[in-house]
Amino acid sequence: MATKAGSAEVPQSADAEGLRRRDYLKVGAVAFAGVGGVVALAPLLVQMAPSADVLALSTTEVDISKVQPGQGIKVSWRKQPVFVRNLTPKEIAEANAVPMSQLRDPQSLAERTKPGKQNWLITLGVCTHLGCVPLGIGEGENRGPYGGYFCPCHGSMYDTAARIRQGPAPKNLQVPDYEFTSPTLVTIGAKGK
Amino acid sequence: MSFSWAKPYEPKHPLMRWIDERLPLPRLAYGAVGGGYPVPRNLNYWWNFGVLAGIFLTIQIITGIVLAMHFAATTGGAFNSVNQLIMRDVNAGWLLRYAHMNGASFFFIVTYIHIFRGLYYGSYKAPRELVWMLGLVIYLLMMATAFMGYVLPWGQMSYWGAQVITGFFSAFPLVGEPIRIWLLGGYAPDQAALTRFFSLHYLLPFVIAAVVILHIWALHIPGSSNPTGVDVKDEKDTLPFHPFYTAKDGWFAGAVLLVFAVVTFFAPNYLGHPDNNIPANALATPAHIVPEWYFWPFYAILRSFTVDFVLEAKLWGVLAMFGSILLLFFLPWLDRSPVRSGAYRPVFKRFFWLLAIDVVILGYVGGAPLNWWRTALGQVAAAYYFLHFLVILPLVSAFETPLPLPNSITESVLHGEEAEAAPAGSTPRGGTTAAAVVQ
Repeated sequence: MATKAGSAEVPQSADAEGLRRRDYLKVGAVAFAGVGGVVALAPLLVQMAPSADVLALSTTEVDISKVQPGQGIKVSWRKQPVFVRNLTPKEIAEANAVPMSQLRDPQSLAERTKPGKQNWLITLGVCTHLGCVPLGIGEGENRGPYGGYFCPCHGSMYDTAARIRQGPAPKNLQVPDYEFTSPTLVTIGAKGK
Repeated sequence: MSFSWAKPYEPKHPLMRWIDERLPLPRLAYGAVGGGYPVPRNLNYWWNFGVLAGIFLTIQIITGIVLAMHFAATTGGAFNSVNQLIMRDVNAGWLLRYAHMNGASFFFIVTYIHIFRGLYYGSYKAPRELVWMLGLVIYLLMMATAFMGYVLPWGQMSYWGAQVITGFFSAFPLVGEPIRIWLLGGYAPDQAALTRFFSLHYLLPFVIAAVVILHIWALHIPGSSNPTGVDVKDEKDTLPFHPFYTAKDGWFAGAVLLVFAVVTFFAPNYLGHPDNNIPANALATPAHIVPEWYFWPFYAILRSFTVDFVLEAKLWGVLAMFGSILLLFFLPWLDRSPVRSGAYRPVFKRFFWLLAIDVVILGYVGGAPLNWWRTALGQVAAAYYFLHFLVILPLVSAFETPLPLPNSITESVLHGEEAEAAPAGSTPRGGTTAAAVVQ
């Protein structure tokens, strides 16, 4: 206690230089504790990022051998739906006939598929508006006026290349990273050619 | 809020004045933990542990909220959500879980020191009886919370802990077994019990935080006690909480957190039990089942009744165990001595240390496997525990001759230890004592 009482009365002789030893100690101690406190926040924040078991699901292998032209399947990749569609020659022709100037998010079908595999349209089944799953992949579902997908939530309409044509969505359905590991096997999530 | 010389809050910045006029929160903080709360100038380091308990409560709440984001309260998923998901998969999950596990132990360590400080320095005496009793309420809530938290990982010790502790209630005649079944929502711990324990384990810490506010509120009416037990008389006896005690509490908290970090990082399972890494099995009890260390003394009292006497031994054990805590509520009236501090009570001081040793012995017996001599030792120690509070304390306070008290805190601080025990021009024994208490 005596020390404390004494320290409170430390003469301000060093005032000429504007800094006392006690100020140095005070700033140093509080800064040290402050930095430690901020570092202690790190685990509280990083724990919310995807955990190791979630990251372990980063690729999904899909067998496409049974998908006939005109059909599509819905698969799950990272807990999101992925549309794998085998386009008919008519649908490919429709997609290629659209002038780029008419598109909100200009991309050709060739840019959205793999070379030589233009009939395999693989996109996320997540509407770029607010994340609903568009209709049109299942047999008999509403494909909308452009023959691709129709989102029932807010009426976004996609064409046969899954490009946005009308409605509130800003972008085409996203094409995920994927590669053909064999003519009938696709690995979604793999960064291939 | 306690003394006339407590400095009122004077906002320096116009923004703070603007806020203070509309919501006097800065004023509240200034009066509670700022420059506006005068504290006896002679507090020793035993007075640091209340703040530490608050720090560990905060750590438990923060890490607990985060762990609950990953925990699955199902009998099939709880064990893996803790031991696989949290310990291996979640980023920094191992750190958060170990911090929560050992945080519970540290919370109890600092709380036990805080309680024994109160016992030694007579902090339970007038006018702080409600501070003491609210503290006991916090302690009981802590025990309930810790027990239910220990059940959540759904390992062997979790499961059998739940079975044994809810089994306490079955000791009561007639209503006991129906109460146990009602508490568990079944005949043995299962999904219903796990889910409700999780819900209550999340709730109770916030109840604790609320009672902590009452505890501090009640404390701030008379102000903190001090090692002499002599009342504050004037401004010379006190220092503002900030910066004096914020600095002292701050550095000491840093030192204790360092020890906490050492245990969490280098011996995270030292205070735990390896059997809890085995998933719960309703068909086989582990060979040596003990609660967490902070319950050992009570567990020893529970086990020390081995023979039926009027009532069943089982019921005696449960009654004695609950009674050992409940009797502390009556402590302010069991110890009638007008002198607060054990430093001025030579006989009381000796019995205080005997009690401390007795509780350590109870803890040892409660944590060790039973054999004939440990059972006997536990029985003697349990009997002494009750003897201390129910017989020794009232007798000591009636017959003891306390040492003369210093005239004031300032006087005791400015003199050495020798003079503290026999102040210059010492007043007749007891005279100062009475005066100190009456004020």
